[in-house]
Amino acid sequence: MTDKWTPREVVHRDYNSHPPAFAPGYKTSVLRSPRNALISLQNSLSEITGPVFSSDDLGPQDNDLILNYAKDGLPIGERIIVHGYVRDGFGRPMKNTLVEVWQANAGGRYRHKKDQYLAPVDPNFGGCGRVLTDENGYYFFRTIKPGPYPWRNQASDWRPSHIHFSLSGEAFAQRLITQMYFEGDPLIKQCPIVKTINNDDAIRTLIAELDTHAAVPLDCLAYRFDLVLRGSRATLFENRTQGAAR
Amino acid sequence: MKDYLPETASQTAGPYVHIGLAPEAAGFHIFEKNFGPVLTNSQTQGERIVIEGRVFDGSGTPVRDVLLEIWQANAAGRYNHPADRQSGKNLDADFRGWGRGCSDFDSGVWRFDTIKPGAVTGRDGRIMAPHVNLWIVARGINIGLNTRMYFSDEQEANRTDPVLNLIEWEVRRKTLIGQREQRGSETVYRFDIHLQGEAETVFFDL
Repeated sequence: MTDKWTPREVVHRDYNSHPPAFAPGYKTSVLRSPRNALISLQNSLSEITGPVFSSDDLGPQDNDLILNYAKDGLPIGERIIVHGYVRDGFGRPMKNTLVEVWQANAGGRYRHKKDQYLAPVDPNFGGCGRVLTDENGYYFFRTIKPGPYPWRNQASDWRPSHIHFSLSGEAFAQRLITQMYFEGDPLIKQCPIVKTINNDDAIRTLIAELDTHAAVPLDCLAYRFDLVLRGSRATLFENRTQGAAR
Repeated sequence: MKDYLPETASQTAGPYVHIGLAPEAAGFHIFEKNFGPVLTNSQTQGERIVIEGRVFDGSGTPVRDVLLEIWQANAAGRYNHPADRQSGKNLDADFRGWGRGCSDFDSGVWRFDTIKPGAVTGRDGRIMAPHVNLWIVARGINIGLNTRMYFSDEQEANRTDPVLNLIEWEVRRKTLIGQREQRGSETVYRFDIHLQGEAETVFFDL
């Protein structure tokens, strides 16, 4: 972070890009969604600031899910690189953003004490990683492609292969959690969680494309996944213009 | 608006959010350094407090797989972020102002160890009452929910807080007040969050 940092106001969230809180096809949302409308705030310092992270917070292998839990061998599954850029709505690179990911193993099993799926845990795969974006908003990590898995929604529902993403941004108002899907997966269009989003363009933003240019020959394939956080513009509120609405 | 990139769509954090954001809670050790619910070290300035509560769904059942983050100013009322240029308020190098916690899988109780924040200047120079910003994700929550916790022993400041006063239903303002209690040597602010129903907490669109 530099001293020249200009306070930036985060532009209003466009809810057309997002799932509504109440989405009955995803059953758990029925009792976990507020019934009242959200109350909209104009930004104050509380919203335009957020935690700052540094490379000291992370370990050297944190973005290598193939190696960061390997105990006595390599994990089983498709070796892939996932990479891309994080920008804001105006196209600015989101620098120094904390990108955290988590996922199931190649068989669709999570390393979590609450996951009871009968597919086995891979002793050499943890399933989480994290990385800071660089000056250009670029990030990359290496992993095993996760398998689909069944879940209790409708009895026959299966999640498409996906990787969970969490992004810090530079303002608490930009905080975002989402999921990345893989190009061509036929489960995407049947998934009740994907379908909480009532906008095909918005769904497409969650689908990573196969990126053979970034693949490492005879080693691993690659997927490209770019993300966009809410736009932020230089703010006037330290010297606000006369008569602006409160 | 043609050149404007739409924000990436949100999706639920799901029931296994702990794997990525709190792996020790998921049941395994992987990272050398973990982000957690303790915001203080021995050098941090300010009054030590605990913020504790549960999150309830629309049936009144505790949500046991919730993950929360808090973001707050230091004891002087300044955020540890380069955009905070309030004058006359010192930064505290021993306070990042951010923490991450999750509910206990059995009781649903979550807890943060932090300090009581000072007041921050809001828009138009109006002083905001001391508050902690919270962000809540879980299975069944499609987009993270934002709220604020204010302090029950700051009634005077709360009365003139510009954000509390935006809530035209006065009866709903009290859902944002953490209740101070003394528990042994600990000062605890109890802050239960109701996602839906009668005592529904106020959530904000930031």
